[in-house]
Amino acid sequence: MISADLSVVLPEIILSVYAMAALLGAVYTSKDRAGPLLMWTTSALFFGLAAWIGLTAGGEQTAFGGAVVDDGFARFAKVVILVSAGAVLLMGKEYMRRAKLLRFEFPVLVTLSVVGMMLMVSAGDLMMLYMGLELQSFALYIVAALRRDSVKSTEAGLKYFVLGALSSGLLLYGASLTYGYSGTTLFSGILSTLGEGPMPLGLTFGLVFLITGMAFKVSAVPFHMWTPDVYEGSPTPVTAFFASAPKMAAMALFARVLFDAFGAVPGDWGQVVAVLSLLSMVLGAVAAIGQRNIKRLMAYSSIAHMGYALMGLAAGTEMGVQAMLIYMAIYVTMSVGTFAFILSMEKDGQPVTDIRSLNMLSATEPLKALAMLVLLFSLAGVPPMVGFFGKFYVVKAAVDAGLIWLAVAGVIASVVGAFYYLRIVFYMYFGEQGDPQLNGTMPPVLWGVMMASAFAMVAGVVNLFGVEGLALSAAATLVN
Amino acid sequence: MSVADYAFYCFAVVTVAAGLFVVLARNPVHSVLWLILAFLSSAGLFVLLGAEFVAMLLVIVYVGAVAVLFLFVVMMLDVDFAELKAQMVHYLPLSILIGVVFLAQLVMMFGVWQSADGAAALRGAPTPDPAQIHNTYALGQIIYDDYIHLFQVAGLILLVAMIGAIVLTVRHRPNIKRQNVLAQMYRDPAKAMELKDVKPGQGL
Repeated sequence: MISADLSVVLPEIILSVYAMAALLGAVYTSKDRAGPLLMWTTSALFFGLAAWIGLTAGGEQTAFGGAVVDDGFARFAKVVILVSAGAVLLMGKEYMRRAKLLRFEFPVLVTLSVVGMMLMVSAGDLMMLYMGLELQSFALYIVAALRRDSVKSTEAGLKYFVLGALSSGLLLYGASLTYGYSGTTLFSGILSTLGEGPMPLGLTFGLVFLITGMAFKVSAVPFHMWTPDVYEGSPTPVTAFFASAPKMAAMALFARVLFDAFGAVPGDWGQVVAVLSLLSMVLGAVAAIGQRNIKRLMAYSSIAHMGYALMGLAAGTEMGVQAMLIYMAIYVTMSVGTFAFILSMEKDGQPVTDIRSLNMLSATEPLKALAMLVLLFSLAGVPPMVGFFGKFYVVKAAVDAGLIWLAVAGVIASVVGAFYYLRIVFYMYFGEQGDPQLNGTMPPVLWGVMMASAFAMVAGVVNLFGVEGLALSAAATLVN
Repeated sequence: MSVADYAFYCFAVVTVAAGLFVVLARNPVHSVLWLILAFLSSAGLFVLLGAEFVAMLLVIVYVGAVAVLFLFVVMMLDVDFAELKAQMVHYLPLSILIGVVFLAQLVMMFGVWQSADGAAALRGAPTPDPAQIHNTYALGQIIYDDYIHLFQVAGLILLVAMIGAIVLTVRHRPNIKRQNVLAQMYRDPAKAMELKDVKPGQGL
């Protein structure tokens, strides 16, 4: 019995054991000098596990009495999480080394956080959900404050921690109300107690508090206040991490709770998610206009993108979940590529984050500027790029589900939001002539990731690299 | 009123009153002492419920360890609590407003509270029959057998907290003298120490 259970969570066990072994190994040998090596081995392990999970297709398995569910949906999310976390670790190595931040604990904490994310996406029980969420968040609070001598980084860690604790409190409150109604913490059990007719008021409260707690984690408006400050204050590789894997994990968790536990009442949560989606899209588009700091700008951009992904969930259909998964996979790819560029922005060895420093980049670095142009167009959702298809799928899902007002608002917000992406392109191609602002060289890893990401945004137009079919079969295992 | 009822009201009133004084006490050390009283009387409530193991755990872990740790922290940290309290007054109207709204929502919700039809049966399902086994055994079975996965993940969370505390606070200072245990142990007394016979009045 227990061995069957353990084989379901084998990837998580391997990662946890690796984290502990790496920690002990580094402590007893060369301490921080083991940092670069650990970054390489950790990301190699992430890629290896992603290939393993992705290639060993299997049916739906449950472990520990249903508390852990390993189905197609979980595997899709796990592969995206592992690949993006591995890419971000590779990208961050050079920056961290130069900023003297490459402590050997960093890859260990990222590994433990990824374990938390993998548990989140395969949670089948409110308790497992909470434990996975906290494991993930605790590690993120620490890496946000990794730069101890910077006030902003410390502020980022503290702010993230305090607001994260508040959101955990709300989530737990919702979970306890849900338990009070249904008498069980298992998602399947909760689903079985939902009868026909309107939901009782107490359970509605529980559902709303659960959604609130998870909305904090995906930074959906109005629970987004921490995002710009945390993105700005954290070291840039950490920001790149925040903008990729945790977003996928939180969004997958969101979908899992809504469909596995409350799938019988899509109308009740659909309206709440639709409002979150609308507000996120609008605020993400409008608030970024005044931003000159590219990290803050990317924070608002991620808020807006979470709004679009939530639009897929708000539809409450299988196609909506498929659209959400496609959107998240595309978003994570674009985001990793964009951050590869941001990590290379420096002048005289100092990192730069002001977008005006990109003046006339096309004259000095034509290829980099072109790749960035492709990525920004894709982020904005300009048609020939893959980013457009992500938006197309969620809008189509919303229209099919009858949420025409939401789809229209999403398209308008996307047009407004395109302004600030295009302004960066304007600076790069038509900015004022003058001294080159950026003069750092781009390490080969960053260059490779950025070019691969930009290439994927163009070449993916053909068939989205088959993500569409994978997302469809993943969504089918969640919604049935 | 039976003895058990009488004891319940005693413990309950003391718990609530002590909790109130934790917040209201001017001196933070007094707050911690009130907190200990609140823990002790809630341990009494647990005994009345028949959960003697949890009661003892509360006394040993919370009173014995956590509260004493609080006491240390309060005494060691140089925090100006008077100033903190003054700031609290500043935010009082807003916090009272939020509290009242929250309370109103709770009352609304509990006014119409209802559980699902099968909730009672589902709620009892994971718990062993208390008449058959004593509750230490039952707790052990649930925590270490049924919910072993949660227990292990909790262990990972504590590991992350420990790594975090070290990452964010430890600073290696290169130029200070450290204790080298091996060097101390392998030190040869014959070389390190010399006995001299000092004659009275002459010195060395």
